[in-house]
Amino acid sequence: MELDRPEILAENRQDAGKKELNGAEIVVRCLQEEGVEYLFGYPGGAVLYLYDELFKQDKVKHILVRHEQGAVHAADGYSRSTEKIGVALVTSGPGVTNAITGIATAYMDSIPLVIITGQVPTHAIGQDAFQECDTVGITRPCVKHNFLIKDVKDIAATIKKAFYIAASGRPGPVVVDIPKDITRPDHTAEFNYPKSISMRSYNPVVKGHAGQIRKAVQLLNRAKRPMIYTGGGVVLGNAAPELAQLVRMLNFPCTNTLMGLGGYPATDRQFVGMLGMHGTYEANMAMQHCDVLLAIGARFDDRVIGNPAHFFEEPRSIIHIDIDPSSISKRVKVDVPIVGNVREVLQDLTRQLQAAKEKPDAIALKSWWTQIDEWRGRNCLKYERNSKIIKPQYVLEKLYEVTKGEAFVTSDVGQHQMWAAQFYKFDKPRRWINSGGLGTMGFGLPAAMGVRLGNPGADVACVTGEGSIQMCIQELSTCKQYHLPIKVINLNNRYLGMVRQWQQVDYSSRYSESYMNALPDFMKLAEAYGHVGMLIEKPSDVEPALKEAFKLKDRLVFMDFITDQTENVWPMVKAGKGLTEMLLGSEDL
Amino acid sequence: MRHIISVLLENEPGALSRVSGLFSARGYNIESLTVAPTEDASLSRMTIVTTGSDEVIEQITKQLNKLIEVVKVIDLSDGVHIERELMLVKVRAVSKDREEMKRMADIFRGRIIDVTDKDYTIELTGTGSKLDAFLSAIDRSAILETVRTGASGIGRGDRVLRT
Repeated sequence: MELDRPEILAENRQDAGKKELNGAEIVVRCLQEEGVEYLFGYPGGAVLYLYDELFKQDKVKHILVRHEQGAVHAADGYSRSTEKIGVALVTSGPGVTNAITGIATAYMDSIPLVIITGQVPTHAIGQDAFQECDTVGITRPCVKHNFLIKDVKDIAATIKKAFYIAASGRPGPVVVDIPKDITRPDHTAEFNYPKSISMRSYNPVVKGHAGQIRKAVQLLNRAKRPMIYTGGGVVLGNAAPELAQLVRMLNFPCTNTLMGLGGYPATDRQFVGMLGMHGTYEANMAMQHCDVLLAIGARFDDRVIGNPAHFFEEPRSIIHIDIDPSSISKRVKVDVPIVGNVREVLQDLTRQLQAAKEKPDAIALKSWWTQIDEWRGRNCLKYERNSKIIKPQYVLEKLYEVTKGEAFVTSDVGQHQMWAAQFYKFDKPRRWINSGGLGTMGFGLPAAMGVRLGNPGADVACVTGEGSIQMCIQELSTCKQYHLPIKVINLNNRYLGMVRQWQQVDYSSRYSESYMNALPDFMKLAEAYGHVGMLIEKPSDVEPALKEAFKLKDRLVFMDFITDQTENVWPMVKAGKGLTEMLLGSEDL
Repeated sequence: MRHIISVLLENEPGALSRVSGLFSARGYNIESLTVAPTEDASLSRMTIVTTGSDEVIEQITKQLNKLIEVVKVIDLSDGVHIERELMLVKVRAVSKDREEMKRMADIFRGRIIDVTDKDYTIELTGTGSKLDAFLSAIDRSAILETVRTGASGIGRGDRVLRT
């Protein structure tokens, strides 16, 4: 695709005959060596040498965002949708503090990012210099690792380590803090980009323990009411094909967490829907009443299993596959822990299951499926279809139909996020891009920019609400600059919907500060940014509007759907309640 | 409940704050923490005394292992081990108390390492409980100040922590 960039006057500088490079040159060369396609960033004093160097080349394309939070979310969306490492560049001080929300978001969801941050010159560190902050200290609790480079000679090896750490083991964001003087033209060093790196203190486990896998095979083959529960680890570990093979071979039911959607095809008969706080009735019931639970790349989060004490009222054996040992037996004690790369473990597990003489009890399995189908019969995702006001669920159903289930869908955080997760059936991994762990409002639009850049030509929808979208709405300007034809699906109910829902359920309908007055005219706002705006107020207009919007292949369309203010997300497990203590609709209040 | 954990980690700036930050962020207790470089200057060894249920201690060791700069972690309390702590105590030592204080230091195998006409500074090593015992054995009002290093621990016999 074409980018609006100033003319590049200098040719891509080759370093033939020049032995030593300065720090800025080294940083840019490292990024080139890593094959970095896009760098999401925002310039400032401490990174000017780096920007000067970026100007002189065109291998690494810089995307100028409008706020550093957007830069990190965009790098994040790029990474989630492509399997590649996302890279961002921000300046010192406020550049870093603005980026923190993005970094923490990526950390909670284990997304591999490298964030390069400018720092004040080494001699000024600790002097409360202009735009100084303790970047290593301030980011430490929300990164996988971070570095402060103090010598130009260390740049190449440090950046290599950063990329290696970010993507290996349980992935995560890595910050590389570079003081301004380290990138100065007169500070030079020889450039050697290491081909590989080994660290005595960091050796992530890959292979699962064969003995543990054998135990898992026995348990699975003896299960009468089995359940397979998978999370973001299957998506991040690129193990969806292996998972599908295993689930089909066993004929077991499968559920995905919010982060794991697309890990198993949602339209498959064996998929029982998402589980958890807003999971399906059948998924939560099967989770609670199974006798053998196979957890894969999931971490028994509080939004997923509810109250652990209630979860343990039913006896069951648990097998847990995860790359991170600290995720195992953290909230829930497990019987067979298997530490390893999900994909490799699933391959070994499938092989051993195929070789095993014992096979699952077909009769028990049949009656388990009968039970599950009966739970399914509750049709827990039903909603009022004859409403005169647009139901948000209807918009998502139509979005699914119009895009034929092929779109990349990013979301913000709140009711719209849950409806998207419930009603858009993801058959492929890396299509559903949302902030699951941190729950960051403002994530959706910048993430969609990264998704679109990483997947040129693909349909990208950002499902959002009038609350969330305003947290990073400035990125509409970035979308214009780089021609990113995202379709913004704004489910506008004039309320911070999820807050309103909790207030209705738990706070006797006292809607404290959850109503938003004085909203902008989103259609005009979109137009002001140079995009197409649409206002959709009638259910009968939903489908035609979506069709029209997705036909505009090269335009960003901001679709403002005026939706039912009273609609709630069902089912709902209230915080602290057990997984099966579900509210299925307003009648349960 | 009480555990003594040894950590071998890269001797790099910031490594200590990663460990202490982990404990505060996840709400784990630190009773004491000592750290210094080892015979290999590129490595530091840390001894952490903490308390918690078995589940918490399991998480602590797993979370420590997850830190990129941590090379190895062992829970010394899992086996036989030795622990020692150093304490310096400055006590008032005038007239008849002078002799008594000297005697108490001898009984506890302490050494008087600084003397003025009004006070002694006593150096004492041992387990934490021995140091506590010394402090309760002497006249409390005679104590001017104390400083303790926190426990350092090592496994007995062939139980060795190295890279």
